[in-house]
Amino acid sequence: MLLLALVLAGLAWEGYKLVGDEDGGSVFGVRVLPRADDVSMPHLWEIAQRLADPELSAAGSHSVLVAVLLAMWFTFRVAFVGWLIGVVVGLVLAVLMQRVRVAEAALLPYVVVSQTVPLVALAPLVVGWGGHLTLFGRPWQPWMSVSLIAGYLAFFPVAVGALRGLQSPSATQVELLHCQAASWWQTLLRLRLPASVPYVVPALRLAAAASVVGAIVAEISTGTRGGIGRLIIEYAQSATGDPAKPFTALLGAALLGVLGAALVSLIELGLRRYAPAGSGEVRS
Amino acid sequence: MTPAADGAAAVEVTGVSKVFRQAKGEVTAVESVDLTVAAGEFVSLIGPSGCGKSTLLRLVADLVEPTSGDIRVFGKTARAARRDQDYGIAFQAAGLLPWRTVSANIELPLELHGVGRAQRRERARDLLELVGLADFAKSRPEQLSGGMQQRVAIARALAERPRLLLMDEPFGALDEMTRERMQAELVRLRDETGAAVVFVTHSIPEAVFLSDRVVVMSPRPGRITHVVDVPLAARNEDVREAPEFYATVTAVREALRGRSVAPGAEASPTEPAIEPRGADLR
Repeated sequence: MLLLALVLAGLAWEGYKLVGDEDGGSVFGVRVLPRADDVSMPHLWEIAQRLADPELSAAGSHSVLVAVLLAMWFTFRVAFVGWLIGVVVGLVLAVLMQRVRVAEAALLPYVVVSQTVPLVALAPLVVGWGGHLTLFGRPWQPWMSVSLIAGYLAFFPVAVGALRGLQSPSATQVELLHCQAASWWQTLLRLRLPASVPYVVPALRLAAAASVVGAIVAEISTGTRGGIGRLIIEYAQSATGDPAKPFTALLGAALLGVLGAALVSLIELGLRRYAPAGSGEVRS
Repeated sequence: MTPAADGAAAVEVTGVSKVFRQAKGEVTAVESVDLTVAAGEFVSLIGPSGCGKSTLLRLVADLVEPTSGDIRVFGKTARAARRDQDYGIAFQAAGLLPWRTVSANIELPLELHGVGRAQRRERARDLLELVGLADFAKSRPEQLSGGMQQRVAIARALAERPRLLLMDEPFGALDEMTRERMQAELVRLRDETGAAVVFVTHSIPEAVFLSDRVVVMSPRPGRITHVVDVPLAARNEDVREAPEFYATVTAVREALRGRSVAPGAEASPTEPAIEPRGADLR
């Protein structure tokens, strides 16, 4: 299915180049369709060719593919740490909000408001704080700021999804455990957490996408080197002379998102016995 | 399960009232109720919606706290009895955990109280045998029919060998055929376990077929209006056709309509004894 989707996307791209106007479509002077010329939309094979070519004109330069893969690996690690932070913080917040009703009333508005603060505004602040911090005796690293910002984006879907999931058991199920003299902790482990799985798994997937986007945006706005975010900016500068190059970095960023979603599918596979009745099969 | 004081009644409710405070004001769900259920006795609570029968059961189960009055379960407070697992409970919804097998659902209360795995398995096997589902230990709840799920719920209620079963319309969602079969099962289970049962229902024949006594309640405020003794000896399918059965059904129906049929008003040997509220309820 994934392969078919990729082929269709490729066909759409090349098909538009075939029929689309070189100068794009305009209605009353406003361009509504993108330009189809080779600078705006290079052919797919040109992008593939560019991946194989050396990154820089200097002798001994490795290929663009290697550069993109290295950047992806860097951003993946940073985004993964951000995802972990987001998942842990999101789950802890959800359990707290489920446990103490006052906490839900007090925290949930802030959780929602937190997502309206623009990342670009937040990034320099985090970097500024990080400059004064040490972590277990080690100085704060720039990538830690990026992970933190990625986690800031990732915790939101987890907190909201897990809260709904923890509240999903029926009154009968909750009362039964009460009658069986189950402690709060036992009720959490035996009832609420298992019941929350169908809500948490989609939240984990959203968090994976959010942490990749968060890491890339944070790399750009903090000026962190080594990741795919930096590569996107660098390659964009050569867009006029080397139109295929920026697309290689974009391709890498998209692949990171797919990779994150795929890893969550592995988690889903491991938790499939908690899937709701009738959906025993995991989507592929 | 710690043994209760010798001779203590299974349930002893004395002057209990429950007032729910709501946004619109106060609702008196149960008002000055006295009820005693002897060890091994089967008592049904019957009445129209809002008569407080479920609330009374939930008070005994320590799911709600009384506004005033005293509740004893085997001589202990309702809370202590719950902590000690002196009762098992079943609701209208089976409330099985869908991610656990049938066997694991029955084992849940044992698991919560630290019973070892082997012992849990064995108890679950015995209980599944008892409710006639021995072949379904490894099944998932969703693979079972409504009646079978309810049997699993009853088996789970029996897991800790309680001497009191609290049942809140456990057969309310079942079709009539299944319902009658489940009633016969429950009679057998009760005979085998010797547990006392408090059974909430709004089916008159169900209450009469199952119970030693039927407690009739009326709403606004919820209170006990009549207690009907059921003079049936055996509980088998023939009983459903017996004149005593019909006479008792009629007596409960009359009581529900608020018409008190005084004992001995008709000189009939099958006339069940009806005690009006306020009489000494054992």
